Amino acid sequence: MSATIETVEAMERPPVTMTSRLDGELLEVSMGPQHPSTHGVFRMNVALEGEIVRKLKPVFGYLHRNHEQIGEHTTYLGSMPYTDRLDYFCSMTNNWAYALSVEKLAGIEVPERAEYLRVILAELTRLQNHASLLGFLLSDMGAWGTPLMYAFREREKILDLFESLSGSRMMCDYMRFGGCRVDASDEWLAVAKKIVDRFPKFLDEFEELILQNEIVIARTQNVGKLSPELAISAGITGPMLRACGVNYDVRKVDGYGIYPRFKFRIPLGDHGDTYDRLMMRALEMHESVEILKQALAQIPPGPIVNPKVKIRAFRPPIGEAYGRIEGPKGELGFYLISDGGSNPYRYRVRPPSFINLTVLEDLCLGHTVADVMVILGSVDIVMGEVDR
Amino acid sequence: MESLEQIKNRAELAARGAKIDIVANPGPSQQSSLLIDNDHAVAVAEFLRDHPALKFDFCSNVTGVDWLDRVVKKTTKVKQIVDGVEKEVDQTTEEKIPDYLEAVYHLYSIAHKHGPLIIRMRTANRTDGARLPSLTPVWRSAELQEREIFDLYGVHFEGHPDLRRILMWDEFVDHPMRKDYVQPDDFEWEPTPHDEVLERAKQHYTPRPQLDGAEQITSQSDVATPNK
Repeated sequence: MSATIETVEAMERPPVTMTSRLDGELLEVSMGPQHPSTHGVFRMNVALEGEIVRKLKPVFGYLHRNHEQIGEHTTYLGSMPYTDRLDYFCSMTNNWAYALSVEKLAGIEVPERAEYLRVILAELTRLQNHASLLGFLLSDMGAWGTPLMYAFREREKILDLFESLSGSRMMCDYMRFGGCRVDASDEWLAVAKKIVDRFPKFLDEFEELILQNEIVIARTQNVGKLSPELAISAGITGPMLRACGVNYDVRKVDGYGIYPRFKFRIPLGDHGDTYDRLMMRALEMHESVEILKQALAQIPPGPIVNPKVKIRAFRPPIGEAYGRIEGPKGELGFYLISDGGSNPYRYRVRPPSFINLTVLEDLCLGHTVADVMVILGSVDIVMGEVDR
Repeated sequence: MESLEQIKNRAELAARGAKIDIVANPGPSQQSSLLIDNDHAVAVAEFLRDHPALKFDFCSNVTGVDWLDRVVKKTTKVKQIVDGVEKEVDQTTEEKIPDYLEAVYHLYSIAHKHGPLIIRMRTANRTDGARLPSLTPVWRSAELQEREIFDLYGVHFEGHPDLRRILMWDEFVDHPMRKDYVQPDDFEWEPTPHDEVLERAKQHYTPRPQLDGAEQITSQSDVATPNK
């Protein structure tokens, strides 16, 4: 009985060869959208030759809700909580980018204490984003659970800080035009200082455990190489650009806020492969800790919001402005056109992770399916921002 | 960075016949822009990217703007003799601007670390003339963003390597970011396989396009087939 079943199975199965190559034929696979390693509802149409990727087309739009049109039908301030939902890992930096653009549009000054609070919160956001990215990336490589939980343990401490300050862990809605919404107490700053001081210990431990790991090196080095020329032409920003060795950080170039006051370095990669992108996050966290230490030591007392800014009937003068910041994922910009009304005439988000996906096909060609997941993980996307 | 006038003069010299206007920005952000004519846009863009003193190698943001028919009132002070005395009187002139779609590019230079330089292009109208040259061959970063403008604004970019809808689904008909877009009566409505409902479905949805590009990626000729 059992013998007959085996023979039937053997007849139906195609012969298994070493490479399982279909002679010159390409197999089309739709990867995603419901898959944990695609980091949300993201789909890739992949043409495979055996295990090797010969063509890859990303498919967007599963989370599209026309954020920009909603922004054009809402008041300027009404869009502020909605920017939290773009990149829901980094609501603080989203708030800052939007506030910065509106401040450029309307010519608003920001008090000094608010600038310090913005820097502190943006760098804390960068810490928790990069830490969880490393965790997710290792999860994609098969280190299931444990590194992610270590990263989330640190992230949760920072989210607790956000919650005690703004009332929400992730949807902070903290910045306002010309300042911030609530002031940080001395106790809050003391707790933040403690967390920042302890953070390097986690970083060292994490790096020792993971970055020298044989499997991590085998899976990431020489995988998904990106040349600096292509990276610049394709508008790649953030750690992904600097992993190719291009020294471009909006914090240094534009010097927005009060970043010129702080001493920090820009880590640069050599090869532009996945390992460099991974290392870039680890090194940037060290620099963020340095900025945080300086900012927490220097923060002066004072008002946290510009009293001249109107909350009701806020109408910027006719004109347009493009403001950008260095978000954890890359250059996050907002482009606003005002026609003198209470709503923006045009409200545009420049989403870094969406534009960083321009080169996804170039990175993945010639690599295996398993590498696609690692490369996608190292791009660092959040679908709330990609699809908007 | 050089002033906009200098860049304009240089670009007009380099790209023969190009007509460039400066669009003033009255707001406090001081970000004025250059309006480039569509016929010479690619030549001007290549000049801006390659000129050693400018080197705008990084095209950060590409976006569309929809402008409907509008009337712009301008008030100018004119000296008139009123009751024998010379006085300054406000004179308002109305200017009718026909509708158009606009593509705006924010350029930066990574080599020289300056910017932004804002360039814009305008279509002839919002219907059959909604066509612009694609700048994707100059800056690859425009690839997905021009697709987004095509999808949400309906600007056809000539010379774009892969112009398909990106955020909306392929069967979608209208362009939702246009200012005169009307939302459908029911977003959630889905057909079920009954005769009456299927008839309604045919009216509700247009048939699927023959080339559903997202699904047929290997049908194109540039796929590597090494064993043939």
